Amino acid sequence: MKFSVEPRIEATSSLRFVVMCTSILCAFMFGGLIMAIVGVDPVDTYVAMLEGAIGRSEDWNDGQFYSITETLVKAIPLMITSLAVGVAFKMLFWNIGAEGQLVAGAMAGSGVALFAKDYGLQSTYAVINIVLMCIAGVMGGGLWAIVPAFLKTKFKVNEIITTLMFNYVAILWYQYLFNVAWKDPDGMGFPGTAKFDGIWILGRISGRLHWGLGIALVSGLLVWIILDMSKWGYEIRVIGQNLKAALYGGIDVNRNVLRVMLFSGGLAGLAGTVEVSGVSYSLQEGLNVGYGYTAIIVSWLSRLNPIAIMIVSVVFAGIMVGGDQIQMTMGLPSSVAYVLQGAMLFFVLGGEFFVRYRMTIIIGQRHADS
Amino acid sequence: MNSIGLKMEGIVKDFPGVRALDHVDFIVNKGEIHGLLGENGAGKTTLMSVLCGLYRAEAGSVYLHDSNTDSEREVVISTPREAIVCGVGMVHQHFRLVQSQTVLENCILGIRDTNLVVDYKAIEKDIIELGKRYGMEINPEAYIWELSVGEQQRVEILKMLYRDAEILIMDEPTAVLTPQEARLLGETMKLMAIEDKTIVFITHKLDEVIEFTHRSTVLRDGKNVSTVDTGNTTKRELANLMVGRDVVFSIVRPNISPGDYVMEMRGVSVYDSRGVQTLKDIDIDVKSGEILGVAGVSGNGQKELAEVATGLVGCKNGSIYIGGRDMSDSSAGKFIKAGVSHIPGDRIGVGLVGNLPVSDNLILKSYQIKEICGGLLFNQRFVHEYVDRLIDEYEVVTPGRDTLARNLSGGNQQKMVLAREIESTYRCYDDTRLIVAVYPTRGLDVGATEFVRSRLVKQCSEGAGILMVSDDLEEIIAISTRIAVMYSGYIVDVVKADCVTLEDLGMLMAGERPIDEI
Repeated sequence: MKFSVEPRIEATSSLRFVVMCTSILCAFMFGGLIMAIVGVDPVDTYVAMLEGAIGRSEDWNDGQFYSITETLVKAIPLMITSLAVGVAFKMLFWNIGAEGQLVAGAMAGSGVALFAKDYGLQSTYAVINIVLMCIAGVMGGGLWAIVPAFLKTKFKVNEIITTLMFNYVAILWYQYLFNVAWKDPDGMGFPGTAKFDGIWILGRISGRLHWGLGIALVSGLLVWIILDMSKWGYEIRVIGQNLKAALYGGIDVNRNVLRVMLFSGGLAGLAGTVEVSGVSYSLQEGLNVGYGYTAIIVSWLSRLNPIAIMIVSVVFAGIMVGGDQIQMTMGLPSSVAYVLQGAMLFFVLGGEFFVRYRMTIIIGQRHADS
Repeated sequence: MNSIGLKMEGIVKDFPGVRALDHVDFIVNKGEIHGLLGENGAGKTTLMSVLCGLYRAEAGSVYLHDSNTDSEREVVISTPREAIVCGVGMVHQHFRLVQSQTVLENCILGIRDTNLVVDYKAIEKDIIELGKRYGMEINPEAYIWELSVGEQQRVEILKMLYRDAEILIMDEPTAVLTPQEARLLGETMKLMAIEDKTIVFITHKLDEVIEFTHRSTVLRDGKNVSTVDTGNTTKRELANLMVGRDVVFSIVRPNISPGDYVMEMRGVSVYDSRGVQTLKDIDIDVKSGEILGVAGVSGNGQKELAEVATGLVGCKNGSIYIGGRDMSDSSAGKFIKAGVSHIPGDRIGVGLVGNLPVSDNLILKSYQIKEICGGLLFNQRFVHEYVDRLIDEYEVVTPGRDTLARNLSGGNQQKMVLAREIESTYRCYDDTRLIVAVYPTRGLDVGATEFVRSRLVKQCSEGAGILMVSDDLEEIIAISTRIAVMYSGYIVDVVKADCVTLEDLGMLMAGERPIDEI
């Protein structure tokens, strides 16, 4: 028996779908194998995770949607940061710094929420305050991203290194702020800033689910329109697919690098603002839990497609919440969730092989498909 | 006659929506150089890919010569490795060499049955020996990046010979060579034929077919149209077989009197990134209604000349005027807006974006015009109409505007580039239109070549000025109004095309001015 591999000219979308589903199934089977080795029943664990992520039918009948709203709460920052890195990746600009840009945005947003009233910038309408805060967050994240972009355009400094290192700088600033500079004097020694006033807080939809979901959906729509229908999106596509052709077509590549990173960092910063304004209501521990890194996986799995990003973000958030659930109820480490996420990336990228090539098994000397 | 070296029988290969090979029979004898001809997309490369195990045929069989029985034996080649084991070696158009390794390392790359400790001395001796035998002497310790294109190709061939290839497939080997190098390659092929190797020579250049091959096979639309003895045929007959109709070989140069200056270069000098001067004090001009041909051995500044003329590279000294406007400090984008278009020499690397659809590729030079994009968003309906019109007018054969550009054949890719570039010149400040065409027909089949040339000539008679860089001297003489000859960054001379001979040009290309002018 021999294998024969030949390149496909063009893969059909149904083939892509089948390969994608099979890859995800393989990832879950792989995860199950790990569970079996550890000595727990994979089926029980998956059921527990699923219940953790979307709840049990009894809960739904009682009108309890706690699990679903928790999953969506986690999906919001994941959606926005995945969109952010997705736009940069589309141009083949490797923004690994969404984590730092998210934190920078959170700092900027928190700063406005905490101190704007001292300068008379506070409105009595929450909507206006939130918009102000979001603008600050976008600027914070954008500024954090523009520095590596500038270094790239001016001195050709590798953006993977700079954006990654800027993460650590942002996180240290953030720890300094809530531990020292902006620490709440009435906080009984606990690290963290004072709670924001009510007019600086995003309203809730249901449970802990807040209107950040709306912001995430609008961001997705915006990114979709930009990438698919706009002149700017066209330039991003051409630069990403063939830099030489872009220069030849008269596209100003450096200006696009700056613009895209301002936008990408701005979106990540928005995610940070939405987190502080919608979930923690203050700048405190627990913001840098890796949304910016998971976003890289999410946007790759989604093939940088904004609509797919929204869906994959929810799935990944569900896996995270499910992981927390099995930690609480079954005593398993929540890192099972990370094993699963990694396996999904691995299998989906591996499955790419079957999209690009046609593999046939040859038995004996004659040609035979199988 | 010799015994059969390679026999392919009834080969069928389907791609989605097309039958690329339709029961092709193909026989080459041992010790024969066999030309494989056909238009772009006729199935030459597909047929050879089947032989090399890159594609699996739907039907058909392959027979190779078996030295034990001295007769042919059926083989199944399903991977490139099996092809090597069977003694089939392909010299690809785009070399498969590791730039940072030496000649020797490239030769043994991927060979499995070497010892744990490689005996470099012995291999080195073998390679030198092989090189001598086939007239391809090369230093086994040289790094690939140090070698010229012609030398790299020799390494590719040596690599195959070192792996005991009995069947050598040369995929358009002369497309990247200078005429001298091509002649050397011809000698090498003849030596290999004398040693009883089986050689398949894919090319578009009919002169070379006549000169080098014993027999040739013509493919058209995936079918074997004819196999002929090259000695008993003519270029015209071969061309007619390829295209399936009579080919007009001579396109007449535009016969209008040149108008105003479209482009002027005055004292232009250019330095490359290492500070080497690549253009020296260039003084040329192109008038509307005129084709200025640029001849020269490749690498003597033609590429740089085209880059300066299109604004991709700024000039260090001197000035360049487009339609009388000083553009010395302008970007490529400004040149495009001023009516300068550019058919680049590197079609795949620069001229198109393979992973984007035809429609995205066709608007690369015009996506900024207000009909396509008035504000921020594209007017999709206009784009579709515009793109479909270009596909139609320029006879680009494609399943649709959403097909990825890399899936088009070379000729259709070039028609697409041509369409985009010609159309983009219509939308600029004024009537100034300059088309800079670099190797516009390189690698194209007879039909596509004819198409591209006639469109360029038509543009010229409609008032565009054309700067055409080409390595095909007959092409230059046939359609240019004047010819500028380049040598080592200089313009040696500018001559009228209707009173110059190939020999004159050859002298000028070697940097020598005719004696009577000195």
